[in-house]
Amino acid sequence: MFKAIYNWIDERLDITPMWRDIADHEVPEHVNPAHHFSAFVYCFGGLTFFFTVIQILSGMFLTMYYVPDIQNAYYSVDYLQHQVAFGGIVRGLHHWGASLVIVMMFLHALRVFFTGSYKHPREMNWVVGMLLFFVMLGLGFTGYLLPWDNKAYFATKVGIEIASTIPWIGDDIKMLLQGGDTPGAVTLARFFAIHVFFLPGALLTLLAVHFYMIRKQGISGPL
Amino acid sequence: MDHDQQQESAHAPARRREMTRRQFLSYTLGGAGAFMVGGTILPMIRFAIDPLLAEKQQGEFVKVIEASKVTSEPQPVEFEVFTVDGWHESKRKMRAFVARGDDGRIYALSPVCKHLGCTVDWATHDPNEFFCPCHGARYTRDGEVLAVARGPLDEYEVREENGWVYLGSLKPNSRV
Repeated sequence: MFKAIYNWIDERLDITPMWRDIADHEVPEHVNPAHHFSAFVYCFGGLTFFFTVIQILSGMFLTMYYVPDIQNAYYSVDYLQHQVAFGGIVRGLHHWGASLVIVMMFLHALRVFFTGSYKHPREMNWVVGMLLFFVMLGLGFTGYLLPWDNKAYFATKVGIEIASTIPWIGDDIKMLLQGGDTPGAVTLARFFAIHVFFLPGALLTLLAVHFYMIRKQGISGPL
Repeated sequence: MDHDQQQESAHAPARRREMTRRQFLSYTLGGAGAFMVGGTILPMIRFAIDPLLAEKQQGEFVKVIEASKVTSEPQPVEFEVFTVDGWHESKRKMRAFVARGDDGRIYALSPVCKHLGCTVDWATHDPNEFFCPCHGARYTRDGEVLAVARGPLDEYEVREENGWVYLGSLKPNSRV
């Protein structure tokens, strides 16, 4: 049945080579944990992507109940966590995944650093990776405000104050992030927009570039 | 049959019906993968479809009018019902047409048109009909549909106590 559907599509669109280009490729011995157990360090990039997918999925589902408004944000989070079935799990996935994605990304960066994989000809991919790192930190920072409880509010206040200490442009950055004189209604609205539209857009674009360059340049050789 | 299988069947005929290593691995990996994907996706789906499975809110009875004031002529009454809508709690304004039927029993009709949900009014078009301004649906005094809509007007649960009329939750029309 599925075979027949697949063949029907494949006959018209020739999708088999596409699949081969994306997924069917050699895993060199030095990155295969079956050959050298220490090669598990090469898994962290994939794990980062795995957690990113979970973040995107759980985030999409959370927005079904969440509202970015200072009157209702806290109550909508309280409602989705305590009244909706599996709310604690879906929010938990997003909460813990947010930390794990940063941890995995950090370990991935360490692996790339200590195997020297950032060197010629992969310098650009290191730079894109660093941009991804900052986008992820931005997602963490903007997402932290959204439950609109005391911890969220003051963490964001502190974060914005830190940003405002940048010489010359600090005050402008503060105003840009805050959208007003104090962290408030406008701040919550724009942090939500940045968290669910702008940064994920940047993230997916950079990820595409990151993966394209890996495929183009291949995995770096053994130490 | 590929080369490996030929080799295997030629040299070890007794083991022919056993699962191959490749089959075992693909079932194990497929099963583990399906478990992981399912474990992640299913809670999210259950989370999303919760409104479908949530228990319906039970309506309480609200005092609306003195029984002695109800006549055979449907008259509008307004009342408030405490509603919980997600994280938002409010007193929702409701409307009903209360009248006494030929059998002497008090009934109350919902003004929500059964065509597409606009609001009907009494005697605005014909002195003895409910009329909906959106698409011209018409109903009798008992809520029976005369034109446009597909069914009669819904009815409120009615309870009479100490000379007062109380309205409860909506039910299908029982008079026509």
